[in-house]
Amino acid sequence: MGSMVGAAVVRKEDPALLTGRGTYVDDIRLPGTVHMVYVRSYLAHAKIVSIDTSEAVAKPGVLGVWTNADLEGLPPNRSVPGMERPCLARDKVRFVGEPVAVVVAADRYAAADAAEAVLVEYEELPVMASIEAATAEGAVPIKNQRCAAVPLEPTVCLADWQASGLTLWATTQTPHHSRNELAAMFGLSQQEVRVVAPDVGGGFGAKASCYPEFILTAELSKRLRRPVKFVETRSENMTSMVHGRAQDHDIEVGFDDDGTLLALRVRITQDCGGWPDATGIGLPTLTSFMAGGCYKIPVIAPSFRSVVTNTTPVGAYRGAGRPEASFMIERVVDHVAAELGLDPLDVRRRNFVQPGEMPFATQFEGIVYDEADFPGALDKLLTTIDYAAMRADQAARRDDPSKPLLGIGFSTFVEMGGFGPTPLFEQFGYVGGWESANVRLNTDGSAVIKVGTSPHGQGHQTAFAQIVADELSIPFDRISLVHGDTATVQEGIGTMGSRGAPVGGSAVFQAAGKVRAKAMKIAAHMLEADESDLELVDGRFAVKGAPDQGVTMAEVAIRSFKPHLLPDGFDLGLDETAYFEPSNLSYPSGAHCCVVEVDRETGWVKVARYIAVDDCGTVINPLMAAAGGDPIVPKPSSNPRGAKGLGESGATAAPQAVVNAVVDALGHLGVRDVEMPCTPQKVWRILQQKAS
Amino acid sequence: MSHHKITVTVNGAASEDEVESRLLLVHYLREVRNLTGTHVGCDNSNCGACTVMLDGQTVKSCSVLAVAADGADVLTVEGLAADGEMSPVQQGFQQCHGLQCGYCTPGMVMAATGLLLENPDPDEDEVREGIEGNLCRCTGYSMIVDSVRWAASHGGAGEVATRHAAH
Repeated sequence: MGSMVGAAVVRKEDPALLTGRGTYVDDIRLPGTVHMVYVRSYLAHAKIVSIDTSEAVAKPGVLGVWTNADLEGLPPNRSVPGMERPCLARDKVRFVGEPVAVVVAADRYAAADAAEAVLVEYEELPVMASIEAATAEGAVPIKNQRCAAVPLEPTVCLADWQASGLTLWATTQTPHHSRNELAAMFGLSQQEVRVVAPDVGGGFGAKASCYPEFILTAELSKRLRRPVKFVETRSENMTSMVHGRAQDHDIEVGFDDDGTLLALRVRITQDCGGWPDATGIGLPTLTSFMAGGCYKIPVIAPSFRSVVTNTTPVGAYRGAGRPEASFMIERVVDHVAAELGLDPLDVRRRNFVQPGEMPFATQFEGIVYDEADFPGALDKLLTTIDYAAMRADQAARRDDPSKPLLGIGFSTFVEMGGFGPTPLFEQFGYVGGWESANVRLNTDGSAVIKVGTSPHGQGHQTAFAQIVADELSIPFDRISLVHGDTATVQEGIGTMGSRGAPVGGSAVFQAAGKVRAKAMKIAAHMLEADESDLELVDGRFAVKGAPDQGVTMAEVAIRSFKPHLLPDGFDLGLDETAYFEPSNLSYPSGAHCCVVEVDRETGWVKVARYIAVDDCGTVINPLMAAAGGDPIVPKPSSNPRGAKGLGESGATAAPQAVVNAVVDALGHLGVRDVEMPCTPQKVWRILQQKAS
Repeated sequence: MSHHKITVTVNGAASEDEVESRLLLVHYLREVRNLTGTHVGCDNSNCGACTVMLDGQTVKSCSVLAVAADGADVLTVEGLAADGEMSPVQQGFQQCHGLQCGYCTPGMVMAATGLLLENPDPDEDEVREGIEGNLCRCTGYSMIVDSVRWAASHGGAGEVATRHAAH
C-alpha cells in the first residue's frame, strides 16, 4: 500500500455537496421553528429618539418585537472593557446596519413585513466614517483598504433552548469557543450548551467572530419556548459581518545608497469600526510582528492605535493582520528601489534573511522564523520567466504608444500560519492554541476520527483520513471524520489562521500514533512476539523476516474488545485522544510575480501573467493544494507532519504583487504609488495628469 | 396577501401547492418542496447559487416567482444524477476539485450543465463567460473551469439534463 499523504485523492466531502445533500444551517428543520428578522439602522451615527413597535406587533403571524429596553440583563458581546457591544443598539446607532430591534414571526416573509413596520425616530449625529492617518511630515502613507469577507453563505443560526440547555446550530469556524462564550454569557455550564457547525459555506475568518444573533436567537428561543432561526440576507451581510483590513500605515524607512535597509518606523492606525470586535482588536499586533517581512532590518519601531469609526466592525479576514504587514513592507522595498533607481529584486536580495540564518529570531518576542529559503523561492520563481527580456519589452513599449504599458511586480513574502502556541491564542480570548483529535477503531477495524478543527471547505475529512490511513495502514475508504459538534467532539479550538493541517493534522497524527502503539501491544500478545520484532505493513502486523506470521489490523481491533483473550487488566478498545500544542507558529513563505498590461486610453489593468512559488511545507493532498500555487521542497517545521499551511498565502502575497506591477508600469512617469483597488478610472486619471 | 394554486414538476415529481403570490421560486423549492440543495447567496441574482433549470433554461430561482413556474418542469441539483450515478458535471467537479465549501456548488453545477447543453465543447474563455453569473469565493475559478472542461469530454450535460431540456 503506497503512502496516502501526498496522494491526489478526490475528496470524501464532495458527493454530498455535489448532489444537494449537504447540511448547511438553513437546511436544518426543527418542528415549530419561528424566524427572527432585524430592524437595522440606515444611518451611520444617530441618537435613537424613539422606537414605535405597535404596528409591527399587530401584524399577522408576529410573536413579538424586542428592542434593547426589552432585553434588560442580556449580556453584551465581549470586547475592550467599557466598549462591549450590546445585541441591540442602546440609545445610539454607530454604523449602518447596526441592529435596533428584532421581530420574530411564523415565517421569514411575515417577519420581514413586521420589521418594515417598526418606526424608529433618529436624530442624526456627525459621522466619522474613515480614518485620516496622522501623517508625519515626509512619511509615506500606505493604505490597507477595508474589504468585506463575503462568504457565499451569510450568517445563519438556529437556537433551540430546552430545559436541558441550549443547542445552537451556527455558521461558525469555532464551535467550542462559541459554546464557551455563550455558556459564560448565559450563566450556563458548558455541558448545557451544544454548538453545532454543520456544513459551513465559507468563512475566511469572518465566521470566527461571535455575532449578536447567536445570543439573540438563544434568548428569544428561551422566551418563546420554540426554536428560533435567523438567516442573514446578502445586503445585511455586507454591513453586518465583520470587515477585514482597514489599516492605515505611516512609514519612515532608513536605507543606505546600496539599498541596505537600516531602520523602519511604522505607525499603524486600525479602524475597528463601530464596536471593537474581540477577534479584530488583535489585528495590529500581528501586523507589528510581521512588519519586517523576510528582511533583516536592524531596528523596527512599530506602534499602533485602534480607533472606532461609524463603520462596520472589523475582524479577521484571510490572513488577518499579516497581509497588511506584507503589503506594507513589499511596497516599502519597491519605494526604496525607486528612490535609488535600483532594481526591486536587487533591494530584496540585499536584505533577505538567508537560509543559513534560520531559525531567525525577529526583534519581537516569540516570533521566530523556524525555517525558510527566501532567496531560493525567488530564484525558483525566476526560472519560470525571462526577466531580462521582460524588462526590455517594458522599455520598448514605453516608446511605442500603440502598445499597452507593461508592469512587472514582485512580492517575496513570509506569513504566519499554524496558529498557534497557547500564549498567543489566549490574547484573542481562546482557551488555547492547541488542537485535539480522537481516533477510534471499530470492532471491524474501520476508524472514526473526531477533530476539534471545524472545516468550512478545507477538506479535513479527506486530508485527515489520509494521515490516519498512513499511520494505521487502514484503507482510506474505511476512515470517517466527525467535526463541528461540541456534544460529540472532545475539546477543540477551531479552524482559522492556517492551522487545520499544521495543528489539527498533527493532533490527528499523534492520536493515530497512540492507537498504533496500543495495537502493536495487542498484536505482539496475539503473535507471542516481541513488539520490536513486529512491523505494520499493508494493514497487517507481521513478524519481521517471517511475513507469513501476522495479524491484520481488523483482527487486532476485534481482539481489543475481548478481555479474556488479553493480558489481565489490559485497557479495552483502541480509542485514543491527543492534544497537539505547536512549539511555534509556522512561517509559510514564497515569491510571487505579477505582470500587468495597462491600457493607455482607458486605464484598464489586465493581469497578463501571475506566477507563484509557495513553500507551504508538506503537501498532504496535491489536488487540494493546487489552488495554492507551486509548492517547493518540503522541510521539517514546527509540527511533526511538517505542514505549514497554505490557506492564507495568496491573500498575503498577491495584493502587493499586483500593485507593485501597476506602479512599475507607470514608474517612468514618476508615479510611486497607486492606491488599491487599481480601477481603470484611477489609473486613467494618473495617466491624464502625467500627460498634461 | 393573495394566494394561488400552482402545479410544478420538480425532478420529475409533480405537486399542487397553494402559495403566496410573492413567494420566490427558490423559497418554494426549499421551504415548500423541502429541496434544500438549491442555496440562496444574495438578494438580487448576483451570485447564481440558486441556479436551477426551468423548462430547459437555466434561471436564478431567487428572481423567479413560484407562480411563474406554474405548469413548468424544474430540474434542481438533487435531480441531476441518473440512477444514483453523478452526472458528468458533478463528477468533473469532484475529479478536478472544483469546490471547497460547496455552497455555490449546486448553482455552479446547474449553470455548467446549462452551458454544456448549449455548447458541448467550450474552451476556457467560453466556460468563464458561460459561468460569469455565478460567484465562488473559495476556488478562484480556475479549477471550476477545469471541472467543466472535464465534463465536456466525459459525457457533457449528462442524461437527465439532456432529457429535461428536450422535453
